[in-house]
Amino acid sequence: MRNKINIALPKGRLGEKAYDIFEKIGCGCPEIHEGGRKLVFEDEENGVCYFWVKPSDVAVYVERGAADIGVVGKDILLEQPYDVFELLDLGMGKCRMAVAGVKGERPDSEHTLRVATKFPNIAREYYRGKSREIDIIELHGSIEIAPVLKMSDVIVDIVETGVTLRENNLEVLEEIVKISARLIANKASYKFKNERIREICGRVAELCETGKQEGKL
Amino acid sequence: MKQAEMLLKKEEQVIFSLRAIFEQFGYRKFKMSKFEEYDFYAENRSFLNSENILTFTGLDGKLLALKPDVTLSIVKNTRGSREAAERVYYNENVYRARRGAGEYREIMQVGLEYIGEADSYATLEILLLAQKSLKAISGEYILDLSHMGFLAGLMEQSGLGLAQQKSVLHCISEKNAHGIREICRECGIDNDMRGRLETLAGLYGTLEDALPQIQTLCCNEKMERAAAELEDILRCLKTGGNEKRVHLDFSIVNDMDYYNGVIFQGFIDGVPSSILSGGRYDKLVQKLGKDADAIGFALSLDLLERFETTEREYDVDTLLLYDDGTDTAALAQAAQMLTDNGQSVAVQKKNTGGLKYKQLLCMRERGLEIVAE
Repeated sequence: MRNKINIALPKGRLGEKAYDIFEKIGCGCPEIHEGGRKLVFEDEENGVCYFWVKPSDVAVYVERGAADIGVVGKDILLEQPYDVFELLDLGMGKCRMAVAGVKGERPDSEHTLRVATKFPNIAREYYRGKSREIDIIELHGSIEIAPVLKMSDVIVDIVETGVTLRENNLEVLEEIVKISARLIANKASYKFKNERIREICGRVAELCETGKQEGKL
Repeated sequence: MKQAEMLLKKEEQVIFSLRAIFEQFGYRKFKMSKFEEYDFYAENRSFLNSENILTFTGLDGKLLALKPDVTLSIVKNTRGSREAAERVYYNENVYRARRGAGEYREIMQVGLEYIGEADSYATLEILLLAQKSLKAISGEYILDLSHMGFLAGLMEQSGLGLAQQKSVLHCISEKNAHGIREICRECGIDNDMRGRLETLAGLYGTLEDALPQIQTLCCNEKMERAAAELEDILRCLKTGGNEKRVHLDFSIVNDMDYYNGVIFQGFIDGVPSSILSGGRYDKLVQKLGKDADAIGFALSLDLLERFETTEREYDVDTLLLYDDGTDTAALAQAAQMLTDNGQSVAVQKKNTGGLKYKQLLCMRERGLEIVAE
């Protein structure tokens, strides 16, 4: 089928929620519920093909045209620019990018601020806007322990519920930006599969809108 | 000759046909030097769309740069003026860091420039040539048009500050209507203007279907002029029956300091990013101190490397083996006979298994033997 749409989904809870939306608008692929270790699922009848990829890689698959559309967190798009269309804010996977530090302590402004983060570009951009001299410590996980061990003064990270922060005796100092999941599309696919992508986009938007009103998402 | 042509890679075939097209319309080839002085590029950095320039020190200690772009050099050297237009084309390698690639890459560019008075005919000629160029690659192409004047007009009217204009333009380039909504809310932009900006971002369709929609977006003379220019382009394209694969899409946004009028991008089905891009850049020409308009485009042919490639079944038609006892003259004669028959032949002592062949021959003392087919 020439107009088959390839959809990249982020592995994990967000991807599963996104898949539910696609299923509801008639782009389902029942096989996907069987689980297992399979990563690619195709449904001839509905003309869709889904694949599960690492959340931070979704935009790469879309930019390079392996996927026509994909679902990705805004944090990924902010950290690095990708040459894709950002068609919709799905309004799910909501969280915020924030600066956090040890509870009760305020980093002094005399020294270079040491910032531990998985998002060096977002952190650099944010502090450039505040003209603050910083030293970025790039980590890949368990960011929360950096300030506890005094390796950094603050962290820049995604905060969802704040539980992890609290349990590590940290608190949010400043909010940088609100994050949610976005529907993105490859630029060439958008042109050559325009009707199909716009149709999917429209129906997803409709569903998200009613979901928002009902307060489900 | 037919067979020799088949040996050409897709991008080589395309260069061949593009040159023929360009020459037909009176464009002459521009050959440029491999590098320029670095300062020249540094002054026009935002035109290049890329921060990175590959530099090295020349023999006299001057900082030189491997060219990241051809247009700048052409404009610098052009003798074109409003009275006498100059039409040139080029086929050059440029050196750029593709984002995410982590290293400089050599990119093969073919393009053309018209420098002179860019009246409606010149614009149409360039658009038709862009269309022909895409068609030379594949029938499944799309040429998207946008207009910097239209965007600039709307920005002037929007009441947004310069920094916010930039963010809104970025959102338009991403077709990001929710981003525009957010910015408008923060800046207190009224609903009417917000609606116009969002519509513009979402707009996509053939020139014929989409043009009526932009009429309703016009809110000053600049925008009306731009809309009229697009209208005129559509009329001319239609006369030649060339309008079908031309679409309107304002997500093509180039730097306002350099580009002013029509801008465009070309896509080929099967290539994930735009292969052709171009537009009207009078402001660059004037910045470099020349009194002329300019319009042109370039194609990045390196994107075709993986386009329509079919794995070759065989490396050679015939693998011809020989041993120490084989007479060299007879061997050469056998090879000659095979190639005269139009076959390709690899002559070697042992079959190492690294070569895919259609038939395997062996040259022994008593003559040629077929070992396997």
